[in-house]
Amino acid sequence: MLIVGVAMAFAIVWRPVIPAIDPPAPYAFDAALIKRGRDLAAIGNCNECHTVRGGKNFAGGLPVPTPFGTIYSSNITPDAETGIGQWSEAAFRRAMRDGVNRKGEHLYPTFPYDHFTHVSDEDDRALYAFLMTRQPVHAPSRENQISFPLNQRPVIAGWKLLFLRRDSYQPDATRSAEWNRGAYLVAGLAHCGACHTPRNALGAERVNAQFAGGDVDNWLAYALNDRSHAPVPWDADALYMYLRSGWHPDHGTARGPMAQVVSNLSSVPDSDVRAIAVYMADISGTPTPDRKQEGEAALAQARSPSQASQTDTAGATIYVGACASCHETSRPLPYGGVNLALSTAVSSPDPRNLANVVLSGVSAVEGERSPIMPGFADSMNDAQMAALLNYLRARFSKQPAWTGVEKTVADARRAVTVYLQTSAGPRNAPADPTQRDKP
Amino acid sequence: MMTLKVNGREHQVDADPDTPLLYVLRDDIKLNAAKFGCGLGQCGSCAVIVDGKAILSCITPMVLLEGKQVTTLEGLGSVSEPAPIQRAFIEEQAAQCGYCIPGMMMRAQALLLKNSKPTDAEIRAALEQHLCRCGTHMRILRAVRRAARLMEAADASSTTNRSAQ
Ligand code: FES
Ligand code: FES
Repeated sequence: MLIVGVAMAFAIVWRPVIPAIDPPAPYAFDAALIKRGRDLAAIGNCNECHTVRGGKNFAGGLPVPTPFGTIYSSNITPDAETGIGQWSEAAFRRAMRDGVNRKGEHLYPTFPYDHFTHVSDEDDRALYAFLMTRQPVHAPSRENQISFPLNQRPVIAGWKLLFLRRDSYQPDATRSAEWNRGAYLVAGLAHCGACHTPRNALGAERVNAQFAGGDVDNWLAYALNDRSHAPVPWDADALYMYLRSGWHPDHGTARGPMAQVVSNLSSVPDSDVRAIAVYMADISGTPTPDRKQEGEAALAQARSPSQASQTDTAGATIYVGACASCHETSRPLPYGGVNLALSTAVSSPDPRNLANVVLSGVSAVEGERSPIMPGFADSMNDAQMAALLNYLRARFSKQPAWTGVEKTVADARRAVTVYLQTSAGPRNAPADPTQRDKP
Repeated sequence: MMTLKVNGREHQVDADPDTPLLYVLRDDIKLNAAKFGCGLGQCGSCAVIVDGKAILSCITPMVLLEGKQVTTLEGLGSVSEPAPIQRAFIEEQAAQCGYCIPGMMMRAQALLLKNSKPTDAEIRAALEQHLCRCGTHMRILRAVRRAARLMEAADASSTTNRSAQ
């Protein structure tokens, strides 16, 4: 009995070393394959976690805060000693599919293999070709800061037993090819749920609350299902434009961790972005007549003349002096500010994202046209900013007042500083990526 | 009526609490160093220092300035006695038309107050939101580096003076 138990535990935990290879020469890979891998890596948003601000691409080292401790991303350049240079394609595929490194150690699920496990062999091959042809960077990995017993990697095998579903994507024959393509990308490489689905106490996505909204880096990743708080309901066209360009006139501008996502998506094939939009629109569902009506009302409020000067609270005064000149003009997005009646941040259940963006603003993308917004961290204290946020909530959303806004602002002030220092950025998305590389 | 402290002096100003500080500085107090560029917080030409931090005065309503100390370029030095940051900009001839320069200097001053030896990357990051339509960026960077050296030298000599006494 004991022996059987030990054997079973061994089978669950133990994974063999996959023999080291000499780093393949870049010309060993087909150029078309590398190009496809590049697009896939952009859809996977790999650079967001595997690059630190100002650091070398894909060299890792980004601290990822989790409820269980800080985990540092690894070097995925083809450096033989510190990167994945000695990994064969089989080793790479095993990491994607099973969350195990070449040496047979279990990887923490901060690396979202619960999604990547659904990526096809073909796509793994392209990703491998892309990564193995990057510039090798010598950058030893940093020690994770996790306490016992979670610092024992075999524990992860138990987590996988509970939460890792290793199945490949099964197309739904009743749906269009586009929908299926979107579903495949969203469930797998794009790993949208990693941020937008809430997690349970053990850090796994809650299967019965898919896309109900989650947390990432002190930002709220909005609900994308029927619990979305977007004042105007999303549809496939709006999602497509937003994911493609980083903004939409009825919804505003992507910022925070989503800025990097859309910045990456701005360079992948149109058809893939379209597919993701079509699938996600289906997830958010057809809005109820009530919801539609609220959307119309929000759009009408956004078009109506400003009421700001008719109130005289501190929040209103700050709004008029600091915000209205951009957010209540007829200048169109992306260079004008979105009317806040349309802002999901103002209507969402907690004020974190609004606090983050008012504190730090939206900074320019180097060398490209992009929307910008100045931050107000240095001109407002916590109480003043809380007064502003409470005013915005009361005037621009139909939702009940927030509580504890001042504390949220104080926390955000601390967190935002750290986020801006470490995140690979950009903290904004280019307005018109088609202008890239044009003289 | 509200009391506004600018460059160490108190001014009684009659302005609505939502009036941007920039208008009060230029129109009421007649301090014209801070410039109106965009009025939208997008160009940096209106930057002044409030309690040690650079802020954009065109989007800072008066209601936020209760009890605060405002410093404008006029408060740093004068033509006959330029402050280190002003001297550095003159010595590097860092202005073309000069419109952006007061804002640049105030932002640089605020940076040097909290970080006396900024790296190039830190200077660029601090000045990122400031636009210069004439393209004098390289000279501005040089001027900020020079100002850091001037300030360091001034600090050093004031400490030697003190210890000599
Ligand atoms: S005038 Fe204030 S930033 Fe342009
Ligand atoms: S010197 Fe002319 S705008 Fe900068």
